Amino acid sequence: MNAKTLFAALLALLLVVPLVPGLIYPIFVMKVMAYGLFACAFNLLLGFTGLVSFAHAAFLGTAGYVTGALMIRFGAHPLGVPVSFAAGVAAAALVGFAIGGLAIRRRGIYFAMITLALSQIVYFLAVQFRWTGGEDGLQGIPRGTLLGLVDLSNDTAMYYLALALFAAGFLFIHRVVHSPFGQILQAVRDNEARAVSLGYDASRFQLLAFVLSAAVAGYAGALKALVFGLVSLNDVSLHTSTEVVLMTLLGGVGTLFGPLVGAALVVGLQNYLATIGDLVTVVIGLIFILCVSFFRRGVVGEWLHWRHRRAARAAPPRPHPAPAAEAA
Amino acid sequence: MSDITLQAFMAQLTIGLIGGCFYAMLSMGLAIIFGLLNIINFTHGAQFMMAAFLAWIGLTQGGPWLGQPDLQVNFWLALVLAPALVALFGMAIERTLLRRLYHLDHLYGLLLTFGVALVMEGGFRYVFGVSGQGYEPPEILQGPVDVGFMLLPKYRVFVVAASLLICLATWYLFERTKLGAYLRAGTENPRLLQAFGINVPVMITLTYGFGVALAGIAGVLAAPIMQITPLMGGSLLNIVFAVVVIGGLGSILGAMLTGLGLGLIEGLTKVVYPEASTVVVFVIMALALLLRPAGLFGREA
Amino acid sequence: MRSRVIGYALGLSLAALASGARAADTVSDGVVKVGILNDLSGIYSDFTGRGSAVAAQIAIDEMGGKVLGAPVELVAADHQNKPDIAANLAREWFDQGKVDMIADFPTSSTALAVMEIAKQKNRVTMLSAGVAMAAITDKCSALSAQWMVNTYALAAGTAKALLKTGRKSWYFVTADYTFGHSLEKDAAAVVEAEGGKVLGVSRHPFPGGDFSSYMLKAQATGAQVIALANAGSDTVNAVKQAAEYGIGRSDKQVIAPLLTYITDVKSLGLAKAQDMYLTEAFYWDYDDRSRAFAEQYFSKMKRMPSASQAAIYSAVLSYLKAIQAAGTDEAGAVMKQLRSMTIDDAVIRNGKLRADGALVHDLLLLQVKKPAESKRDWDFYHVKAVLKGDDVYPKPSDACPLNAKG
Repeated sequence: MNAKTLFAALLALLLVVPLVPGLIYPIFVMKVMAYGLFACAFNLLLGFTGLVSFAHAAFLGTAGYVTGALMIRFGAHPLGVPVSFAAGVAAAALVGFAIGGLAIRRRGIYFAMITLALSQIVYFLAVQFRWTGGEDGLQGIPRGTLLGLVDLSNDTAMYYLALALFAAGFLFIHRVVHSPFGQILQAVRDNEARAVSLGYDASRFQLLAFVLSAAVAGYAGALKALVFGLVSLNDVSLHTSTEVVLMTLLGGVGTLFGPLVGAALVVGLQNYLATIGDLVTVVIGLIFILCVSFFRRGVVGEWLHWRHRRAARAAPPRPHPAPAAEAA
Repeated sequence: MSDITLQAFMAQLTIGLIGGCFYAMLSMGLAIIFGLLNIINFTHGAQFMMAAFLAWIGLTQGGPWLGQPDLQVNFWLALVLAPALVALFGMAIERTLLRRLYHLDHLYGLLLTFGVALVMEGGFRYVFGVSGQGYEPPEILQGPVDVGFMLLPKYRVFVVAASLLICLATWYLFERTKLGAYLRAGTENPRLLQAFGINVPVMITLTYGFGVALAGIAGVLAAPIMQITPLMGGSLLNIVFAVVVIGGLGSILGAMLTGLGLGLIEGLTKVVYPEASTVVVFVIMALALLLRPAGLFGREA
Repeated sequence: MRSRVIGYALGLSLAALASGARAADTVSDGVVKVGILNDLSGIYSDFTGRGSAVAAQIAIDEMGGKVLGAPVELVAADHQNKPDIAANLAREWFDQGKVDMIADFPTSSTALAVMEIAKQKNRVTMLSAGVAMAAITDKCSALSAQWMVNTYALAAGTAKALLKTGRKSWYFVTADYTFGHSLEKDAAAVVEAEGGKVLGVSRHPFPGGDFSSYMLKAQATGAQVIALANAGSDTVNAVKQAAEYGIGRSDKQVIAPLLTYITDVKSLGLAKAQDMYLTEAFYWDYDDRSRAFAEQYFSKMKRMPSASQAAIYSAVLSYLKAIQAAGTDEAGAVMKQLRSMTIDDAVIRNGKLRADGALVHDLLLLQVKKPAESKRDWDFYHVKAVLKGDDVYPKPSDACPLNAKG
């Protein structure tokens, strides 16, 4: 089964969700789609450039705040949804450019620490600004209408719009990864000196990837704001930044579907753990430890690895491609 | 600003210095660990918290648990025992979990220690709740002392003296002794060091233990000042991370001086624009990176 | 599906057995389900958390476990202080879980998020821990009640009482967040209206860490009252560090935390907290009725209830009584019934629910005892005065459309 058939099967499954009540709760699916895109954005950066960002919540949240604030003011306008959405994504890209531009000056662990610290400034601003609503957050964001034609306050209508946006976002990431740009990124990741000697400005390509990743994270944030009708400080918090790391890791770094699987697992887990209470943090912490210690390829990565080994046993051995290339 | 007298200004500087002492101790521990193990120890804040809790348990809970209500571990004993226990706990984690990750990207060590921190915070919260526990300084350090421009609690004077002493001793140990030379050699070329007959894995474990112990000492010192809660370290850690980035990771002296300096700057910000007293650290970090990308004391190009 | 049918049949037959005359079909889904959304694992878990569910269960047991012949069930979940988890759970509970009312909400963002959804789904929310003013002003809802107290009443209660004792000059140490600002603003307005003076403000980031800087600054102004417009560990650390410097230890300068729970005082210890003035919606040792409830709670939790844990007991009890009286669990009818009742139970006294959702009731002005005065654990407060609701609650706000209608 290749990626295309898998994605088609996934889409088909998602298309019927609202038609069969009681199958899966549609709002939950929308949440998974938003976080899935968010994790894909993070994976785009980590998996294909090797850069670790602890600032991704800042992009998710910024876009959410901008989209939400605009929807509250102009949501009734027929163009309210697309304009607010685009503005949210643009804002996230801008913040991504600012943070990435600074952080890219350092490599490795420094890069991660700098993004962490800079995202704290974004959090501080979200607390300080009036238009973000402080710790009350933005509440009751209207979903508006799609070009004045479809009323999105209807959950089913919203669901299909979310699905369309999700599919578009996912395909966009797929395109980026397989474009010449994506190839250069991987070349830089695997051997920066070689890429530089070939005449590529490594930093510029990485910054571009960072901004792209921020924009996709913002795309997820704008979608989330629209679906849930709320944005809060939690969306720009360090906690959310670490959650997206967990999602990507759990699903499989550098794989195409891994982040989606990881997002579904983490979001589902949070919902499930909510009712057992008390030990949520401990369980999440243990998952981190287990993942890193024994399970570094993630769910999808392990599965691909297993398939690959089986194939290798059947056929004469040949050089292994990287898991990233394998997934695609 | 004009309504602030010189006395009040000095008082605020002193308070900033006290905060800086904690930053210095914590960031030195982080720098030492990073220097040799190449991991960012996200558990640092939780280990700081654990030591404070151990001190409190020793003073108020341990005796009754063991059926000996009169048994008490006093502050001075706790100052040695609690960091030692936390260091042992840290070394156990290094041996069982961290060790497996050295050949991998930094990211994995960072995530593992982050997971351990979550488990520790969640566990302490589950057992002791979040409201926090109080801890009294030893009797000899209670009450204020007149330092000329203000009445300073004796205990705070002790904290400044003790932590400066510890910082300087650590610096001396790492930069001026043979042991320190081995450790630095281990950072540069562990294989060569191994060839000289040094047991590098044991050295790594002990170094991690030492860095953690520094966090532990800071934790016990903080116990009488801050309410002991499971989250007391986590919120401090973000700032300490910024401190090590500004100072340059892996530079012990840099970590210490930057920690103290940022404490002072934070203290002054509390006078002028208190809203920004946390974020000022991050703004300075951004500026420092623009002007000196390797950190103020960084060696790396 | 099958279990639902069986459950429904069981509910019906039980109902028929129990009340005979009244059929359970006045109750939607044949069950009255109360949801509790709060913090089980984070910084607000001590004054809400598991204890809230225990307190709510006491109320349900007091009603005999059923209302209008239908069984009353309780579900509780941890919203992890994330509004989107709260919103997701609430939607699922309303759409698929047969939940009729959700209570607690220690953070304003979760409260406001669920209030919005409940409005759409025609269900009830009761804020037994949420104190944000937004819930009864611009974000008010006809289907929501703020049961315990709000920041205005807390601030005004303490401010008025201290002004009466002649303490006219104030200094604020404020958490730089909406709730801190609103505590400060409301208290300062009272201070200035009654001829007092605000000498200065220090706004600190959250969480604050070392407060000695602000407390020393406050001390230097010579203010008679250092008001803490913050909460939780910030309040605790501020008081603790003030004690270290000997601040607030004389009658000339007192510390007044504007939002304090009994769990904070427990955490501080009386030696550090003694003599502070504060306002709370409930104190377990107030009278025989409050003690009776508190002992019942204590036997299960081994600690005394916080004001918000007590308030959820009252909220659930009143909600069930209102269903009983209204003869239905339809949200609008129940809220109408609640608004017509006078709430008077072990926790809430002289309570009237206003159109905007504020439950106006008597509050207690308390002073923390000295260690020598405390006879047992949890014996923490002198009750200095009973503050009449009308004197301390804010006037209905024009920002809430429900008030405009009259």
